[in-house]
Amino acid sequence: MDTIALVGNPNSGKTTLFNVLTGTNQHVGNWPGVTVEKKAGKTKYKDKEYAVVDLPGAYGLGGYSEDEAITRDFVLEGKHDIVINVVDATNLERNLYLTTLLLEMGTKLVIALNMADEAENQNIKIDLARLSQELGVKVIPTVASRGRGIDDLMKATEETINQEIHRNSISYGEDIDGKLCYIENRIEQRVNSSKYPPKWLALKLLENDKQIIDRFLEDNEDGQDLLKEIKSAGEEVVAASGMEPELAILDKRYEFVSRALENSVSKPKENGETLSDKIDKIVTHKFLGIPIFALVMFLIYQLTFTLGQDVLGEMAAEGMASLGLWIGKWLETINAPGILTLFVTDGVFGGVGAVLEFIPIIIVMYLLFGLLEDSGYLARAAYIMDRSMRALGLHGKTFISMLIGTGCNVPGIMATRTMENKKDRMIAILINPFMSCGARLPIYMVFIAAFFPKHGGLVLFSLYGLGIAIALIMGKIFSKTLFKGEETFFIMELPPYRLPTLKGTLIYMKEQVLSFVKRAGTVIFAVVSLLWVLAILPYGVDPHSEVSILGRIGNFIAPIFKPAGFGTWQASVGLFAGIAAKEVVVATLGMVYAGVEEGARLISTIAGVFTPLSAYSFMVMTLLYTPCAATIATVYRETNSKRWAVFVATYTFAIAWILSTLVYQVGRLFGLS
Amino acid sequence: MRLLALDSLIVGEKGIVNTINGGRTASRRLYEMGFNRGSSVQMVKNDIGPVIVSLAGSKIALGKGLARKILVQPEQVR
Repeated sequence: MDTIALVGNPNSGKTTLFNVLTGTNQHVGNWPGVTVEKKAGKTKYKDKEYAVVDLPGAYGLGGYSEDEAITRDFVLEGKHDIVINVVDATNLERNLYLTTLLLEMGTKLVIALNMADEAENQNIKIDLARLSQELGVKVIPTVASRGRGIDDLMKATEETINQEIHRNSISYGEDIDGKLCYIENRIEQRVNSSKYPPKWLALKLLENDKQIIDRFLEDNEDGQDLLKEIKSAGEEVVAASGMEPELAILDKRYEFVSRALENSVSKPKENGETLSDKIDKIVTHKFLGIPIFALVMFLIYQLTFTLGQDVLGEMAAEGMASLGLWIGKWLETINAPGILTLFVTDGVFGGVGAVLEFIPIIIVMYLLFGLLEDSGYLARAAYIMDRSMRALGLHGKTFISMLIGTGCNVPGIMATRTMENKKDRMIAILINPFMSCGARLPIYMVFIAAFFPKHGGLVLFSLYGLGIAIALIMGKIFSKTLFKGEETFFIMELPPYRLPTLKGTLIYMKEQVLSFVKRAGTVIFAVVSLLWVLAILPYGVDPHSEVSILGRIGNFIAPIFKPAGFGTWQASVGLFAGIAAKEVVVATLGMVYAGVEEGARLISTIAGVFTPLSAYSFMVMTLLYTPCAATIATVYRETNSKRWAVFVATYTFAIAWILSTLVYQVGRLFGLS
Repeated sequence: MRLLALDSLIVGEKGIVNTINGGRTASRRLYEMGFNRGSSVQMVKNDIGPVIVSLAGSKIALGKGLARKILVQPEQVR
């Protein structure tokens, strides 16, 4: 099966094209060794199947960011048969720069001139034959969002795969061309087994591409001689042109692009103010920007919680409960062993069911954020917040991931994928668990009902605020310590506003929800089952009692929490269970304290066991301590590092312990207990 | 020839990119995003926070620090 690789700038409509080509026939997988996901799928043209790979959006292939390195390495490895370069027809000057890099790599190439309809609307006239001739590759107009031009694109793709490459190479001026030719010859003499095309390697060496030089030296231990020669050739270029070879070459690429466009594209001189400009004037306004953003966020939370939690969430919870009941009864009628019935009703439906109840929230939230991102507004939100976040040494996009984290840390952490800079992204991942997620809310609710019924709103506000404050403080500390010195800058394209396509949003949502169900579901199912088993062993003890293994574990860890004011085995077991999933804390506390799952008896029991001070301290603990297993698993998946996952699990615990101890001890000093 | 830092352009003013005085990574990123020599930029928003410029029909937000590294030749007489 032939493989098609999709390459293009961010916002060129690459993913839309991918969705059109592959439909629902796609899957997401991880690249080995890196964090960014690749998407792959299949498409059919004339009864022939093609594999399609969607590579991360890139402006260049310098390998300066992870995305670009992945795209470049994929194209270099040559496991594809052809590249479809998706370009934005309204923005060829900038988009075709990437095309020149692909041409240099000598890969088979077809250009999808996407958003051809918008170009037409803007009165941009493109002479396709001429442009195709200038670039030496087929150029096919497409409108991916409406599925137009796809057959033509696939026809051109099929033809190009079966043809030899015929095109002239880009000229970098006589001087540089001569030097490249010389270096290429020297490489051919010297390197017998170069992984890379000699011509391309010569170019990269002259460009002083650090990564490629390192790889070249790995393959050629005696390569230093040639590098010296290249260095002096580079100095000659500087003497002749006054520019570093890298920049001189870059200049020539842009020259090549403008020459190609000169005779093939005519653009109206001035465009009036577009609708996008008008919207931007308001939403990025220096005073209105932040209030509008706050309003949008408020509406999203309202919708997520009313629709996702109250309506769909309740339905899901009821559905789960009655399904559990029904299966329990059915197991009894077929005379299944009692222990199995107990496990299924109590463990599977009590535990995993609690997690599945959160699917509606996830669905609604992803739907809303998917729409928001597709519309182009999220880029503006990052822009608006950049100034405030920068004061703390954080990137504007960090705020977006924090906001999503107040719904659930898993999508919050996944939202950091849009950040180009690794340092910024790592910080955003590390601080996200401090954002109080929806699953922690029931815990607060129980304790507020027991101790602070009159000041519930205030207590809740103080907890969310504390979470945000700790996240920002830790972010600042990380940017000054762990990730010191890495250069970071803010540059972001603000794509024109677009009506989100239903198909794209649904595919995006389905993907995220499936991965939540699959990954979080399996982890939580395993842990909940384990907890359940620990609570009924050794065989014959009262389930969920102090003498069960779970009770003994609680007694063993309890002394740790003594300074924080809740060193009981029950509280310890509750926190222990909470590492599996925060949803389980209330259920566990209910089991061990009152023998009921939740409700009034739990509240009255807790009111007798805790004091207002230790209750607040306990809430601070649950707010800040080790995030749930799904979040830890997500940290592992997104950083691809067990060490970072362990770090997140432990440092959050340390912070939580220190703060809750501080709350309890300082409170005691003031005689609050 | 009088050169100005990009962030000193006022809204509506245009300039031609001349030089980028940045570190290697920043310069490269800027070039690749289209701030190459000779390209025309127009200031769209320049008050608080990052500036927004229009470049070949797209809008790009860039931090003030980064914008300061781009030297442009102003197109209009101020």
